[in-house]
Amino acid sequence: MASVTYKNVYKRFGDVTVITDLNMEIADKEFVVFVGPSGCGKSTSLRMLAGLEEISEGDIMIGDRVVNDVPPKDRDIAMVFQSYALYPHMSVYDNMAFGLKLRKTPKAEIDRRVKEAADILGLGNLLDRKPKALSGGQRQRVAVGRAIVREPAVFLMDEPLSNLDAKLRVSARAEITKLHKRLGTTFIYVTHDQVEAMTMGDRIAVLADGILQQIDSPRTLYKRPNNIFVAGFIGSPSMNFFNATIVQEEGKMIVDTGDFRVEIPAEKQATFKDVVGKEVVFGMRPENIHVPQYAPPGIVAAPFDVTIEVVELLGHELNIFATSGKNSLVATVDTRLEANVGNKIGLVMDMGQMHIFDKNTEMAIR
Amino acid sequence: MKRQKWSGIIFVNGFLLLIVILWSIPTLGLLVSSFRVPFDIQTSGWWTVFPHREWQTVAVIENPRETLGVDPDTVMEIEGVFGTFEEFREGVASGDLQVTWIGNKRIGRVEVQEEVWTVNWDFTLQNYQTVIFGRDTEIQNPDGSSQTIPGQDMQQAFLNSLAVSIPSTVIPILIAAFAAYAFAWMKFPGRRWFFIMVVALLVVPLQIALVPILSDYNALGINGEFLSVWLAHTGFGLALATYLLYNYMSTLPRETLESAFIDGASHFTVFTKLVLPLSVPALASFAIFQFLWVWNDYLVALVFLGVDPSKKVLTQRLADLTGTFGNAWHLLTAGAFVTMILPMIVFIVLQRYFVRGLMAGSVKG
Repeated sequence: MASVTYKNVYKRFGDVTVITDLNMEIADKEFVVFVGPSGCGKSTSLRMLAGLEEISEGDIMIGDRVVNDVPPKDRDIAMVFQSYALYPHMSVYDNMAFGLKLRKTPKAEIDRRVKEAADILGLGNLLDRKPKALSGGQRQRVAVGRAIVREPAVFLMDEPLSNLDAKLRVSARAEITKLHKRLGTTFIYVTHDQVEAMTMGDRIAVLADGILQQIDSPRTLYKRPNNIFVAGFIGSPSMNFFNATIVQEEGKMIVDTGDFRVEIPAEKQATFKDVVGKEVVFGMRPENIHVPQYAPPGIVAAPFDVTIEVVELLGHELNIFATSGKNSLVATVDTRLEANVGNKIGLVMDMGQMHIFDKNTEMAIR
Repeated sequence: MKRQKWSGIIFVNGFLLLIVILWSIPTLGLLVSSFRVPFDIQTSGWWTVFPHREWQTVAVIENPRETLGVDPDTVMEIEGVFGTFEEFREGVASGDLQVTWIGNKRIGRVEVQEEVWTVNWDFTLQNYQTVIFGRDTEIQNPDGSSQTIPGQDMQQAFLNSLAVSIPSTVIPILIAAFAAYAFAWMKFPGRRWFFIMVVALLVVPLQIALVPILSDYNALGINGEFLSVWLAHTGFGLALATYLLYNYMSTLPRETLESAFIDGASHFTVFTKLVLPLSVPALASFAIFQFLWVWNDYLVALVFLGVDPSKKVLTQRLADLTGTFGNAWHLLTAGAFVTMILPMIVFIVLQRYFVRGLMAGSVKG
């Protein structure tokens, strides 16, 4: 049980800087998810914490101990790898007991902990099996079990669910969340899957190009993204972005994309008065675009017209890919809409959920 | 499509079968010959142990001029076969009979032969007995007493070969496994250059090193000792062993090793508890390579062990067999088989590793 701190951490491979000035404080017992596209440095950040990669600059602390030069085995951490990294020639029991044996834990204690972990994970009747006789889901649980028995201060997971099929992933997700509650240990979890990130994390750290974009609770990340990258990365389908200008006419403030104009609600006008007349990026999530007749009550609706290009009915939702002049957009609308390709229809945007970003810095204006 | 597949399978299997047969025939011949009596080996091929047709003399007619009343200067009829004298000298065949005139016109004899099915099944264990236990020679001393000189056998040579081969296999594997692990998984300055050196050593021919090593051994005073051959084979085998094991060990999944490091393992623990057990296929396949090579080696043993009879290895004894007894084919074949037994056992026992080891890294799983 310990907090984790990254302090001005850099990681360079030769001339390439893969982590730039990473600062993060992870509280004790917190579940933090590192998320980002491949190559964003999320795994490297985790591996530096595990001691598998050297730190080029800065400090990493576990609790209040700087662990830069502490070997992995002395960091009081346990890690679950994407490939599970089980020891193929050892039984499930020995796989879990390996770390404890190396630490000269008494036999009875090893036995107790392994049995307990096996109970938690439902591996009780598999303890004598070799990894190759296990299914993917079972292997994944053994990998988790191997980490649990160590009773580490920090639990590290590097895409542990990526090799599971979609259905298993959903149940495994819930299991890991439950496990976190039960163990009350700091969890750091790396994934490229935003659904995993949103559902599991107390807080989510979004990384891109080795730079921490934002670390916040899932709700904040979704509602108040710091910049265009976070706004586009979180949410599915991705947020729509339009190049636009903010204009002020007769006391109204209007976002003008050239193809359509939507009005900014009165209570938000103060926020954007500094960017009036400037070019900005206007962001609107697909789920905040509605068909007028099915729009939820109480929204600040701004109407505009589109031409439907592609229709995707997923059952519980209907995605329409449409164009409005030179702009294209995605809208997740009520499934009752009879949408046909080529139709021109009117939609409304919920302007209460609008986002405006600076065009140059890509930072949110709010 | 299906038809094509079938014909493909038949073609491939047929081709493989052909290769197997072609490669096994010499061994079979050697095996059969080793059980045949010396006279047979020198007069007929080993394949005559299989049923075959052979001319067998059924009747001999002495002095045919008198007994048969034939004139060799004209066309003759003997046993219903016609021919001139010249033709009968070569042998005239007609139907199942072959009639041959042996000798000159005046006092020859005629052999009538019939072609019959036969097998040459005159087998003996004497060859093996001589080869394995030696043949005692009794000589008469000038004073009339007789003396028995025990023959040279292969038992000592067999033991010597074991004494050379086993350490010469185990030592390089031990050293190479450590080296390969270090090259594959440890960071140290100059790792790359050291490894390039190892690879470069792969292509150095053994013969180049013989003389310098011999002079070093002389200086150290270990020339002619088993230790000298062990060291030589270790040195010559180490480059290939390191390279082979490195290739295998570097394909072990990185995450598994990292997981062990996090679990609290040191490099040594990872090596002994994880990498060694997982590298068994590669270790075994190199062990076969090295064992066969050392077992069959003649040159290194000859150069470093010398010709001390008590230290001769099998290959040397085998060479002696032909030397001591002239062209003693029967002994050579039996000796060759005695020599082959152990490598064959080693190969058959470890062959699944051999194939797996050669395939290492090429396929997943």
